[in-house]
Amino acid sequence: MASSKGSRLRGKPLRFGGDRIFEYTVMGVATLTLALVWLLVVRMVFDAQLSIERFGFGFLIGGDWDPNRDVYGALPFIFGTLMTTGIAVLIGVPLSIGIATYLSELAPPWLKGPLSFVVELLAAVPSVIYGLWAMYALRPVMVDTVEPFFQSALGWTPLFQGDPVGLDKFTAGIILAIMIIPTIASVSKEAMMAVPDSQREAALSIGATRYETTRIAVLTYARSGIFGACILGLGRAVGETMAVTMTIGNANRVSWSLLDPGQTMASLIANNWGEAQGLQLSALIEVGLVLFVIALLVNAFARIMVGRFMSRVPATGGGL
Amino acid sequence: MDDKIVTKGLNAYFGDVHAVKGIDIRIPKNAITAIIGPSGCGKSTLIRCMNRMHEVVRGARVTGEVLLDGRDIYGSQMDPVLVRTKVGMVFQKPNPFPTMSIYDNVVAGMRLNGEKDWKRLDATVERSLKLAALWDEVKHQLDASGVSISGGQQQRLCIARALAVQPEALLLDEPCSALDPIATAKIEDLLFDLKDKYTIVIVTHNMQQAARVADFTAFMYMGELIEFGVTKKIFENPDKELTEKYITGRFG
Amino acid sequence: MNTYEYRKLKNTLASGLALACVILALIPLVYILAGVVVKGAPALSWEFLTNRTVGTGEPGEGIGNAIVGTLLLVFYASMIGLPVGILTGIYVSEYGNNKFGTAVRFFNDVLANFPSIVVGLLAYALVVAYLNVGFSLIAGSVALSIIMIPIVANTTEEALRMVPNSLREGALALGVARWRTVLKVMLVSGRAGIVTGALLAIARIAGETAPLLLTAFYSSYWSFSPTEPIASLPLTIFRNYNSPSEVLLQQAWGAALVLIIIVLTLNIGVRLFMRQKTKKSKAVRMRWMTRLSRRD
Repeated sequence: MASSKGSRLRGKPLRFGGDRIFEYTVMGVATLTLALVWLLVVRMVFDAQLSIERFGFGFLIGGDWDPNRDVYGALPFIFGTLMTTGIAVLIGVPLSIGIATYLSELAPPWLKGPLSFVVELLAAVPSVIYGLWAMYALRPVMVDTVEPFFQSALGWTPLFQGDPVGLDKFTAGIILAIMIIPTIASVSKEAMMAVPDSQREAALSIGATRYETTRIAVLTYARSGIFGACILGLGRAVGETMAVTMTIGNANRVSWSLLDPGQTMASLIANNWGEAQGLQLSALIEVGLVLFVIALLVNAFARIMVGRFMSRVPATGGGL
Repeated sequence: MDDKIVTKGLNAYFGDVHAVKGIDIRIPKNAITAIIGPSGCGKSTLIRCMNRMHEVVRGARVTGEVLLDGRDIYGSQMDPVLVRTKVGMVFQKPNPFPTMSIYDNVVAGMRLNGEKDWKRLDATVERSLKLAALWDEVKHQLDASGVSISGGQQQRLCIARALAVQPEALLLDEPCSALDPIATAKIEDLLFDLKDKYTIVIVTHNMQQAARVADFTAFMYMGELIEFGVTKKIFENPDKELTEKYITGRFG
Repeated sequence: MNTYEYRKLKNTLASGLALACVILALIPLVYILAGVVVKGAPALSWEFLTNRTVGTGEPGEGIGNAIVGTLLLVFYASMIGLPVGILTGIYVSEYGNNKFGTAVRFFNDVLANFPSIVVGLLAYALVVAYLNVGFSLIAGSVALSIIMIPIVANTTEEALRMVPNSLREGALALGVARWRTVLKVMLVSGRAGIVTGALLAIARIAGETAPLLLTAFYSSYWSFSPTEPIASLPLTIFRNYNSPSEVLLQQAWGAALVLIIIVLTLNIGVRLFMRQKTKKSKAVRMRWMTRLSRRD
């Protein structure tokens, strides 16, 4: 990389040194991120030792979280996380795919950019403001309209037992759905826009309508990318803290009903941090560890799926 | 000889770019018509106007008439979806649906129309693949993915797919330019067999192909139709000097 | 209704449905923004912005210390996060075509996907507990910087990746030192991308609450010592969001309004800036032209 240009170059003797110093500095700092991850994870495991030793594997299936008796189990929160993210995905995915379809295939060109931007703006709103809004705008709607409706229609199932209070897993799920829509929609949109025009032309040329073209040529072609987008959204939902904390009702027990208050792994930590000591603190950290591992696995899976799709797609893209 | 497709004062635009300028052309029925000309002369745009594919591009516009058996396909009551089932198209790069099997690719059009009877579907698959000279090669692997076969085979699959919806005319936009000579020959052969039943228009930048295959040839230059006639005449004794220049390789 | 009409109907319905999804998603956005403005605006006044939070609910409370707190947290976090992030991004982009580079990229991804509460846990473990600093401004900044680093690293890498190689090769062929080349490339061509990445990262951490819960805690006073707890806008909202006191609730809405103004201004500003730059891009115009003439 060092060329032997003439001595008219000033600072030539410094060049090797400068290059090396720079490269090593940069590399050193980059190593910092690696070191950081390791350091922090190790530290967390260390702090969770107390709880790990006490409860072992049973921690994951223990349904009791009782500071008074110093007994802790993560099941209620794994459960709560699963239920809220389940609702989020159930509501969020169809809406997101609809949005992605509109943005990719149907929107007039002058609208595409601004509209995409506005959808992405949904992701910029801080979680705590979502929570604040949910408290005063979403909750009344849930209590007065939505939850009674579901209760009357599906109250015979274990999912909708109990009285609608408003601060429960259902509400938390809905606010989560709103929050993951920008993620799923924009990645799905990119996946759909990456489908080559030749595919759309193929469908149109055998007499497909716009909708049919989207269905057989675009959505199927992009399906692994769209799937990856959904998993990405799922990953976001798993780790989301504030909006969930503010809407889920803070109840540390397992309950099948969506209308009952609950707790996710993230909201548990947020709600209990201040006073926790000793074994409880250690248990909280262990819950954090479990959350971390789950989020890691989900996100890794998502990235693999999206990565694989993007590498299969030819360089030409764009929508008709 | 009847004319299958007739254009009257056809103009096509990409935004402000005037790609096809006032073309009147008569495509004879049950014959192969080739459209030749240098790159950028508008030949692809012209045939895309014949099955209303041109307007799919944003900002694209068409004025004038295109008559299919006497009816203007751009008439206010005409649905492009129906036009495209009557006039099929095969593209430059083979584009079978990768997520579908060979079987599913062929019957894609029929399925869109709600056809579920597997006996009829099976029959269509066999008929179309035979017409496309592909049946013998793939009949034992109809489940295989549409993209698992060679390029030449994929293109014939696309022809089968287009034929499965029983069009009256077939437009081919430089169908062999991405293929090797052997695959090209196979396709040229099958076109000969097809012309009894279908009206075929083929755009090609390869003059020898036009000479080999076409009954009639149209020469285009810079968006205008310069000359149209029986292939033999165009190549041996053209009326226009521009045509002669192109044929003898003086440009393009 | 025959098949053809049925298909046309499905087509119309599907298009309508897609549009409905868009509108449905926009409703919460509009509703939230409107709500925050409507409920927060009455709280805004010079006193509100300059008084400190007291927490008792007596009239005369303000969010001055929270605003300053957020600014300080972001500032210190950027002091750590920006250099580390940018340098990591430079490394991965310019020197990272090897196993180590892949590892760094991978770990960056891992870091980016830590739930923010877990980041809070980690910063707590490191700064509050192990280093025994206690709940503090510095702990909060460390937590926020951990969130910042992967964002800035990614956007820096992307920005540098977009710079055409010919620039680098040209400079090297002239005998310019590698490190000077990188610096030049980065400061001149990659500047826009790096800056926008930094601004977006700042917008993101300004709104983060969970990590601060565990690290910076809260303070109702005007002291801004690095080793003391500190107020912040997001935490002001969280403390008061279900308070029975009208004054404190107003405080939450007012804080929300100020926060969202900051966040949205950064986001919109960045996007407008990016759009301006790409409008002038020759590459975009060329692509449009080739698309138009690709037909023949």
